[in-house]
Amino acid sequence: MSDRSDGFSCPVPLADRSTVLLGHGSGGKLSAELVRDVFLPAFRHPALAALNDQAIVRVNGSRVAFTTDSFVVKPLFFPGGDIGTLAVHGTINDLAMGGAQPLFLSVALIIEEGLPMDDLRRVVASLQQSAERAGVGIVTGDTKVVEKGSGDGLFITTSGIGLVPDGVDLSADRARPGDAVLLSGTLGDHGITILGQREGLRFDGAMASDSAALHTLVADLLAVGTGFRCFRDPTRGGLASTLNEIAAQSGVAIELDEAQLPIRDEVRGACELLGLDPLYVANEGKLVALVDPAMADRALETMRAHPLGRQAVRVGTVQATARGPIVTMRTPFGTTRIVDMLAGDQLPRIC
Amino acid sequence: MCLAIPGKILDERTDNGIRSGRVQFGGITRDACLDFVPDAGVGDYVLVHVGFAISRVDREEAERTYQLLESMGVLEEELAPGDGAA
Amino acid sequence: MKYVDEYRDPKLARALVADIARRTSRDWVLMEICGGQTHTIMRYGIDELLPPGLELVHGPGCPVCVTPIETIDKAVEIASRPDVTFVSYGDMLRVPGSHTDLLRVKARGGDVRIVYSPMEALVLARANPDRQVVFFAVGFETTAPANAMAVWQAHREGLTNFSMLVSHVLVPPAIRLLLEQSTNRVQGFIAPGHVCTVMGYREYEDLVRDYRVPIVVGGFEPVDLLEAIRMLVAQLEEGRAEVENQYVRSVTAEGNLPAQRVMEQVFEVGDMKWRGVGLIPQSGFRLRPALAAHDADRIFGLSTVSADESPECIAAQVLQGLKKPVDCPAFGTRCTPEQPLGAPMVSSEGACAAYFQYRRHAMEPAGSRR
Repeated sequence: MSDRSDGFSCPVPLADRSTVLLGHGSGGKLSAELVRDVFLPAFRHPALAALNDQAIVRVNGSRVAFTTDSFVVKPLFFPGGDIGTLAVHGTINDLAMGGAQPLFLSVALIIEEGLPMDDLRRVVASLQQSAERAGVGIVTGDTKVVEKGSGDGLFITTSGIGLVPDGVDLSADRARPGDAVLLSGTLGDHGITILGQREGLRFDGAMASDSAALHTLVADLLAVGTGFRCFRDPTRGGLASTLNEIAAQSGVAIELDEAQLPIRDEVRGACELLGLDPLYVANEGKLVALVDPAMADRALETMRAHPLGRQAVRVGTVQATARGPIVTMRTPFGTTRIVDMLAGDQLPRIC
Repeated sequence: MCLAIPGKILDERTDNGIRSGRVQFGGITRDACLDFVPDAGVGDYVLVHVGFAISRVDREEAERTYQLLESMGVLEEELAPGDGAA
Repeated sequence: MKYVDEYRDPKLARALVADIARRTSRDWVLMEICGGQTHTIMRYGIDELLPPGLELVHGPGCPVCVTPIETIDKAVEIASRPDVTFVSYGDMLRVPGSHTDLLRVKARGGDVRIVYSPMEALVLARANPDRQVVFFAVGFETTAPANAMAVWQAHREGLTNFSMLVSHVLVPPAIRLLLEQSTNRVQGFIAPGHVCTVMGYREYEDLVRDYRVPIVVGGFEPVDLLEAIRMLVAQLEEGRAEVENQYVRSVTAEGNLPAQRVMEQVFEVGDMKWRGVGLIPQSGFRLRPALAAHDADRIFGLSTVSADESPECIAAQVLQGLKKPVDCPAFGTRCTPEQPLGAPMVSSEGACAAYFQYRRHAMEPAGSRR
């Protein structure tokens, strides 16, 4: 600690944590701070403290995966999906990342008065269709209606449970030096699709959200063998935030290879134009797998054989670290830079 | 300062007395104001900053200088045949 | 992407790096003015590729960083008013004023909007005649024509509810100030290619004449920057001092005349305070009196209350290339992008933020991180 802190008067009270900011929901450092400083000390439970996408608890000898997630998105409907598909896929994916076979979902709706009934019907239909296609049942739910101005049309919370097969042990603290980092497909498709709707960008190709349920891809992977350390779906905060979390929980360094990152032209163009980095843009149907190097090729083949993993690539490697967890990027120029977690949301920039 | 990226003009029109058009960047298109680039037309590349085209990319200059660079790059490869590192 | 990918070609970069190394016979200190160029240098690690004695220092070319703290305070005050829709480029929202920033104003209910183009602010003004729409017009010469066009269009349409809070800065007076300092170490400048796209490079010829310092107008991609560095090294090694143009695909000697005309109609040059640097004579734009009806400063009758910076922040030296961000005792500990003490830690093109984001690992001794 610095002895200068006594006489130090900072005119910038950004340390002021008296107000919740949008950035607290960004999946970046502010979100992590909220979990660390507010939720973990209050809820104290070992299953929560593991900080995975789902809790895995033992019930009568079975390992039950349990998770919940809330969905707020503007616009409610977008190419490739809507808030309903996100709500079903998101919770299924949180279960699947623990290796669980998803079984049942709950759906809670907070509706702002004035929402067109047709919009609600459309969302409900897509909730049902997404669940049916994924083979899970929506078995309970709740509805609240709030006054005009107290919500943003529609918020959805889904919770889900599933069963984790014996022998499966996936967790963000299991990455080891040498592990391969595999990614199931292109980065940033969901986030840029949504941004495009808001910013008046038109896409040349059939640019759409990648919203998808990943549990069958996970099941295919687990069927080919062991050696899987950790699965994650890089949603808010993008690949960069997900890998930083894994690096921190496993106490390792992760090096990405920039030349390998799969990014669509549409996403690149939008990111160049708005000054964004696709590494921090949200995905809703991508899998990051940290895998024993001996299994890497086999796992990659398996991913590529699945419709959701056709463009799977190896994007990086886990390394030992003497200086604490870190994620770095090897550039095509042979140099290395840090890939940090962002404080809050990425903001479009002019500079 | 001043993020500006090159894009190709797809079409043009006049809105509220301002000349604008759709400009294509990689796989996306967005409207940009073309008032500052009177000599740029459909098919030309322009540099766009905060929704305004600020220059027409000079195709001949770009090609001429790029070829110079490229010949230098080729030369370098020949000079260092053993250097296969990325 | 055409005109982007070619200039990120590692093969070309290697050739340029080798050529720079061949040409460099002694130590040189070069400065890139523009924060966008600093960002590229850090992102691709260009400084790591250069021969050891060739040092790049980073200039004051970040409009977000140099916008005076008093102006941020004014923005905060205006944006907090219930009758105002405050419209800004995304970069400005996190910049700390004396007490708070625009993101926090938004969190407390202020109507703060992020736009990509100033024309979107006009659209908001037309659609909401009962609200005062105030656009935060920041930037260097590159952004000035766009901002000028927005206010000019509002004037033409007779939009009475559209105004601008103007904080526009000009590059050449800042370079002149740096060269006047007895502490100056910079021996060659990479001039900002997009500023020169608008303004041309005649003004830089005066600087070369007065100070015999080589200046190369450079682009923003890694190959552009390496080529500009090579051209500077060649001038220095040969004892020349000229303005040269690397960014020929966009920059001409005269610049963009239609853009300059609109700027001329809307703005006049005046003295300007730069955050972290101080007052620089004739280094900024303000709205011409004929457009006073659109001047937020006047409409909201704000007086300038001078505000204090963090005494610990060395932004002044960093922005003048006298120190590197890592020379600051607060860097990465008491000053981070989440808790910036000074503006260069805020914008992604601020030198401190660029170092923090991309380079921290290279300069920390093991175990020094918290």
